[in-house]
Amino acid sequence: MTDGQDHKPHPGPRVRRGLQVFYGICAMLLLLDIAGLRHAESAIDGFWGFYSLYGFVACVVLVLIARWMRRFLMRDEDYYRRHEHD
Amino acid sequence: MIDLPPFLLFFAGAVVAAVSPAIVRGALTVVIPLAGGLLLLTMDPGNHYGYRIFTYHGELYRLDELSRLFGYLFHIAAFIGGIYALHEKDRVQQIAVFIYAGSALGAVMAGDLISLVIFWELAAISSVALIWAKRTPRAWHAGMRYLMIQVASGMLLLAGCVWLIAARDGDASFDFIGIDTPAGTMIMLALGIKAAFPFLHNWLTDAYPEATPTGTVFLSAFTTKMAIYALARGFPGTEILVYVGMTMTAFPIFYAVIENDLRRVLGYSMINQLGFMVVGIGIGTELALNGAVAHAFNDVIFKGLLFMSMGAVLHMTGKINGSDLGGLWRSMPITTALCIIGAASISAFPLFSGFVSKSMVMSAAIGEGYLGVWLVLLFASAGVFHHAGIKIPYFAFFAHDSGIRTTEPPRNMLIAMGIAATLCVGIGCFPQLLYSLLPYDTGYWPFDTTHVLAQIQVLFFSALAFVWLQLQGIYPPELRSVNLDAEWTYRRGLPRLWASLSELARHQAGKASVLASTSARRAIAVGLHYYDPVSRYLRARSTGDMVQWTTLLLGVYLLYYFF
Repeated sequence: MTDGQDHKPHPGPRVRRGLQVFYGICAMLLLLDIAGLRHAESAIDGFWGFYSLYGFVACVVLVLIARWMRRFLMRDEDYYRRHEHD
Repeated sequence: MIDLPPFLLFFAGAVVAAVSPAIVRGALTVVIPLAGGLLLLTMDPGNHYGYRIFTYHGELYRLDELSRLFGYLFHIAAFIGGIYALHEKDRVQQIAVFIYAGSALGAVMAGDLISLVIFWELAAISSVALIWAKRTPRAWHAGMRYLMIQVASGMLLLAGCVWLIAARDGDASFDFIGIDTPAGTMIMLALGIKAAFPFLHNWLTDAYPEATPTGTVFLSAFTTKMAIYALARGFPGTEILVYVGMTMTAFPIFYAVIENDLRRVLGYSMINQLGFMVVGIGIGTELALNGAVAHAFNDVIFKGLLFMSMGAVLHMTGKINGSDLGGLWRSMPITTALCIIGAASISAFPLFSGFVSKSMVMSAAIGEGYLGVWLVLLFASAGVFHHAGIKIPYFAFFAHDSGIRTTEPPRNMLIAMGIAATLCVGIGCFPQLLYSLLPYDTGYWPFDTTHVLAQIQVLFFSALAFVWLQLQGIYPPELRSVNLDAEWTYRRGLPRLWASLSELARHQAGKASVLASTSARRAIAVGLHYYDPVSRYLRARSTGDMVQWTTLLLGVYLLYYFF
């Protein structure tokens, strides 16, 4: 249950190629925003890159908080079973 | 035209399944939903099957836009689930499915509150068989907890309904209820248990992952959607639901990120999707209500698809933990593709079903000025893509190669998933198919540049965050573990409190009994002191002694009398 080991995946050349295409699409989506294809729906989503930034930051914050939650929420797999099934 | 409530067909199916061989039972699971759906298509709107018991007047069957939509939905779910479970020969599960689907249909068609309660309870009791059918001690315990909570919801609903009917002088019709009366609040709480309101939600993530691979598909379709239907009928525009729903969209995604059991991840993501529906009901405008029920419709299909794909993985490999899986795309390419369609739908990618319904709720939230709520919903949208859209397919089919080599699941499972996937894409590309069934005509159209672009940006940059977190090694790995949630209170907290209270009581009782025995011993000693056969008072004496005393007494008496 330790969280300290190295979890970094090591993508192969095909995956790296795919990721480059993916980065390209992300950049293009940002550019579409600058081109003004989108209209503001509220007081805050008017500036360019709002949804992109929000999506990215939301997910990073989500994962960081969830990781932190593990510290006090995580128990071993048999936590309930030990007491209930005897 | 036959005027027969479709749920009767399902109940008849249960009776026939109880006595027929496997091949007939299999055929029935497909034929009955088809026949019921056709019946529903031909029925006229309005109330049917009014009944009277003494002074109580009930309507067993009411058909309007709202109940018809859920009627279609439950038939589709029963049909797809029936095909998915065709290889299953377990008679108990097949009977349970007929009763469960029939009760769910009965509940959304019920025109009066008491009929609703009856179908509500029947669904609770029949559905637990799908959990117990796994036949493990773990499933038994989970089923027991599930049953207790479901029955509690039913009891609360019954009490609330009786109270409400009494307060309304016997009017039992199931229409707008509201929370102005205590009875209304009680009913909303009962529905809230089934709709997995925060703190009342844990039965879902506890029980669904413990059911059989086919059982979970049915469970995910009916129970929670019955509650959404009832909330949409009885509590539209109840503002507190906006905030309850908002909480439901947000908190489960944190759990979903760190959960290892992939079916439990789907359980948490289901609460998140229910949250969007509850927000829609809380806002209560025509657009919001349309969005809520349309999202319920889509959710049954795409969540069913995701549960089916994970059920297929469990069925073929016997494993469902993210930590044990990975690299399955090589052996199960079709299942992988179908799962990705489900994932794209739940993530609300444009041209997939989730987008056309969720965007209605989002638009309604921002249109009615709930800016803060809208921001949370947007956060939850990014989060759902993260855990259900990416995590589920990634850890099951890609990630590191677990070394498991298997094959595609049985053909009937693939066909069922194929139908669900077709519906996801079909509704996503041609939303008017679904919109034409909705209760209100709002003229809403989801595909404008702003909505589409904004949604694609949110999703792509969420994916970018996932990629970045993975490459940096920050993303929490899948670990064999249990994460504490509200269930801790009744699985550990209360039992512990009870145990320590009993210990305390035992201790006190021990002390009391020591005290009691000491006092008793003392009392006995005192008694013995005076009344022991050898004591001064009870010692045996001679008859002469007695005569002497009697003579003395008589003498004293004589003297007294004389003077």
